Amino acid sequence: MGIYLPIAEVSVNIFVLLAMGGAVGFLSGMFGIGGGFLITPLLIFYNIPPAVAVATGANQVIAASFSGAMAHLKRGTLDVKLGGILLIGGIAGASVGVYVFSLLRALGQLDLIVSIMYVVFLGIIGGLMLIESIRAIQRSRKGGSSSLKKPGQHNWIHKLPFKIRFRKSKLYVSAVPVVGIGAVVGFLSSIMGVGGGFIMVPAMIYMLKVPTNVVIGTSLFQIVFVASFSTIVHSHTNQTVDVVLAFLLMIGGVAGAQYGAKVGQRLRGEQLRALLAALVLAVGLRLAFDLFIEPANVYSLSVLQAV
Amino acid sequence: MAMLRKWVIFLVTITWCTHSFGQSADPELTENIEIGLSTETITITSDFSGADLTIFGAVDNIDPLLMRQGRYDIVVVLEGPSRNIVVRKKSRVLGIWINTNATSFRNVPASYLVSMTRNPQDITDDRSYKQLALGADNIYIEPINENGDKRTIAEFREALRATKKSGALYSERVGGVQYLSSNLFRASLALPASVPLGTHKARAFLFKNGRFLKETSDQLHIAKSGFEQAIYRTAQDYGLIYGFLAVLLAMATGWLGRIIFQRD
Repeated sequence: MGIYLPIAEVSVNIFVLLAMGGAVGFLSGMFGIGGGFLITPLLIFYNIPPAVAVATGANQVIAASFSGAMAHLKRGTLDVKLGGILLIGGIAGASVGVYVFSLLRALGQLDLIVSIMYVVFLGIIGGLMLIESIRAIQRSRKGGSSSLKKPGQHNWIHKLPFKIRFRKSKLYVSAVPVVGIGAVVGFLSSIMGVGGGFIMVPAMIYMLKVPTNVVIGTSLFQIVFVASFSTIVHSHTNQTVDVVLAFLLMIGGVAGAQYGAKVGQRLRGEQLRALLAALVLAVGLRLAFDLFIEPANVYSLSVLQAV
Repeated sequence: MAMLRKWVIFLVTITWCTHSFGQSADPELTENIEIGLSTETITITSDFSGADLTIFGAVDNIDPLLMRQGRYDIVVVLEGPSRNIVVRKKSRVLGIWINTNATSFRNVPASYLVSMTRNPQDITDDRSYKQLALGADNIYIEPINENGDKRTIAEFREALRATKKSGALYSERVGGVQYLSSNLFRASLALPASVPLGTHKARAFLFKNGRFLKETSDQLHIAKSGFEQAIYRTAQDYGLIYGFLAVLLAMATGWLGRIIFQRD
């Protein structure tokens, strides 16, 4: 069944979008990720204009993050203070991101930069995850422990000024790297249309040494606000948020996540991570491929916009 | 399901009152062409995937003999709203295809659909088409920066036309105009799925023996139907409120999902 997307201005198949949302939702439930970094490239492959794919991706991310953050809040695995400090950086980063986004769009380089950023980030994240999970699989075969966190270890980050105590996370750390991580994630959220969990979670674990039990909840908490901010600012400055598209993806996503979570519980961690790593790399390669092959039409038209 | 709708636009033939009595003494000079649109607005729905638009019209005071010999030709054009367009060209930089060159053009019709009785070269000659600026290859497409390199401008102008043609936004239908009787005709035009919204200008040109006689025009508004239009307009006019609503919708969906599936 066809449906016309009012902002993307294309007719698409409603079931393809539901399936897309469902598949990514399934993966996000299975791996505990937001899935924004898979939705946006998939939308681009499905001929949704990249500007709309990015802004709508940010909108779509809110639904799953919001329900996830609520669950963590109820369970008490959410550090509101840490999330709040991250958010200060996040809003600043997202503001800069939306401005850069509009500028790139007016220059006609948005599609290229979005693709390149995806290729780079998916390549790095996918590669690191693959290496890490293969090592973990090898270690578990040898019968060793696969603990990731080594508590008590300090690095240069803990020497920075403006230290703040976060009781819930049992942390005493400088606000500088917290705001910094928030800003990077906020920037990526608005340019790439992602929640940024895939950067936030490793950064919190490895750089800030946040205990793993509060990492996911706190990350989701800040994603809800940053993605909301990105959505509103994109809508205000670029008018590129397609609610019809976002809603269809959300419905598929919310349903898919339930089944994904059940399947995820039965699979083993390292194998699961290796699987996700392979998927991330595949999406990155597909995007990279499009950058290098000659386009069918080297000319493209767009309505002139004021810078 | 791709439903092909057909809009029929009826003519209003009141041509007989458009001539003074004095002129009617000389029938040779009073050929006239009229098109009339019964509706001013066409709305496209959410499943719009292209459709045929039919425009009816009439010719008056024609020479019946010449008509039987097929010497009267009609060209009907539906011209979309004008926009300033940037044409960008990709070229290979370090193996990657990047937009490197761009030229902007002023007031380019977003669409240009032509329907005609016969092959264009059988109706009249190239010079007449140029003078009338009739046909996708003859409409004026002028650069915003007129001091640019002539060859570059010509290249980008040609690319603009070719891209529009490949997207069926500039199209030509030979034999799309048919006579229903000695003075009634019907023109069918192919509206593409991506037909631009806004005010379109329908124009009809009458030719006799390869010579241009008369032109008439009317306006047609193409709009998105209720729901889609409301969303589009809200996004354009009230971006901030729209953004807040989009966020609320997402949160409500996430919250409902949690209740329905009882996650935790």
